[in-house]
Amino acid sequence: MTIVSRGFSGRRSTEDAKLPPGQYLTTDFPVLSAGPTPHVPLDQWELTIDDGTNQLRRWDWKAFRDLPTETIKVDLHCVTRWSKLGTDWEGVSVDRLLADIKTDASHALVHSYGGYTTNLPLKDLLNNQAWIAFRYEHQDLAPEHGGPARLLVPHLYLWKSAKWVRGITLMPQDKPGFWESLGYHNYGDPWREQRFWGD
Amino acid sequence: MWHVGKVTALHDETATARTITLQVPYWPGHVAGQHVDIRLTAADGYSAVRSYSIASAPNLEGRVEITVERLPTGEVSPYLTQELAVGDRLELRGPIGGWFVWRPHQSEPIQLIAGGSGIVPLMAMIRSRASAGITTPFRLLYSVRDPASVFYRDILQLLSDRDQSVSLTYAYTRTAPKDWPRPPGRIDAALIANTTWQSNLGPTCYVCGPTSFVESATGLLVAGGHSPDKIRTERFGPSGDRR
Repeated sequence: MTIVSRGFSGRRSTEDAKLPPGQYLTTDFPVLSAGPTPHVPLDQWELTIDDGTNQLRRWDWKAFRDLPTETIKVDLHCVTRWSKLGTDWEGVSVDRLLADIKTDASHALVHSYGGYTTNLPLKDLLNNQAWIAFRYEHQDLAPEHGGPARLLVPHLYLWKSAKWVRGITLMPQDKPGFWESLGYHNYGDPWREQRFWGD
Repeated sequence: MWHVGKVTALHDETATARTITLQVPYWPGHVAGQHVDIRLTAADGYSAVRSYSIASAPNLEGRVEITVERLPTGEVSPYLTQELAVGDRLELRGPIGGWFVWRPHQSEPIQLIAGGSGIVPLMAMIRSRASAGITTPFRLLYSVRDPASVFYRDILQLLSDRDQSVSLTYAYTRTAPKDWPRPPGRIDAALIANTTWQSNLGPTCYVCGPTSFVESATGLLVAGGHSPDKIRTERFGPSGDRR
């Protein structure tokens, strides 16, 4: 049973129609991180793909930046309930990074500098749904927002878009990441409001 | 699952912040540092939800306190700080969050660093320590704009006086009390070096406040030798247009 809050009328916006349930619109870009912001020098940066045993691919910053890029305009939805519409990014499609890899993996664990991890079904990283992004609103991605490069997988809550990405492990079965082990939903679809365990 | 809490007390911490005490039947209990979602619903069914850190210590009585800072352009915080009355019922969900938490079995020294209303979850940790009768040494560095912006001043002083192992340092960014030893300003390396646990004691550090504050404080801690994996952060703000 819902309790009506005496005297509360709220502040509706015409943009609310575009928002997943329980979200509100912001024009800021709030920061949420579990610890200090890692500062990764570009000459030490690398991005790897492995299968849990063997490294399958590796790019240093220059090799990564030599890959073809895409510009992306997407809406962002954070589990802490803010949404931000029409953000502009530039990045490398994960399809391209995985293009020549033969795998039977069903899931992926994404690793970050600083130790953060998040898990996704592999298919959510493919089919033009996920990028390794390095520019935001036409600027180099700031460290507090995940620079030099972060995963961008905008159809899921933003904690899945791991900041400071350093590698992707392809896995034959699922394994929860950092927040997924601490009460957050394993999949995190904002349109189904999958915020926490049990949602 | 949404719980329904009854407002049993309201207390103004500052001119713009109010502590709301809720009595929540069947509350599952919480750990210091966790937060709750609060849902307001209009007569036509429109609802708005925001997250607030819990200020109270874990307890068996179903008592949950939150402290809400009023944001002038907010959608929920003006209602909670100005309209809500004792006896009203409020929907809440939680507790939420399993990382930015302190549990009484942690034996290492604890460094708390708060910017503004970032004190709220840290206050729950200090209260949790006191109510559990734990003597783990705590230090709090609390950065505020001016003396009138301090939350929980009396209880912090009481807990610090009663037990010398909770030490308290205020840092003022705009206006300091008369004869305050440090001129107003943002936290810096000297303040961190002089008032916080050294890294070789192996403390866990909890830093909570606006993003720019957390970035600055954690940068100073890491530069001071603290391992990033011993630093836990909770950031808010710029907090969105309609909080």
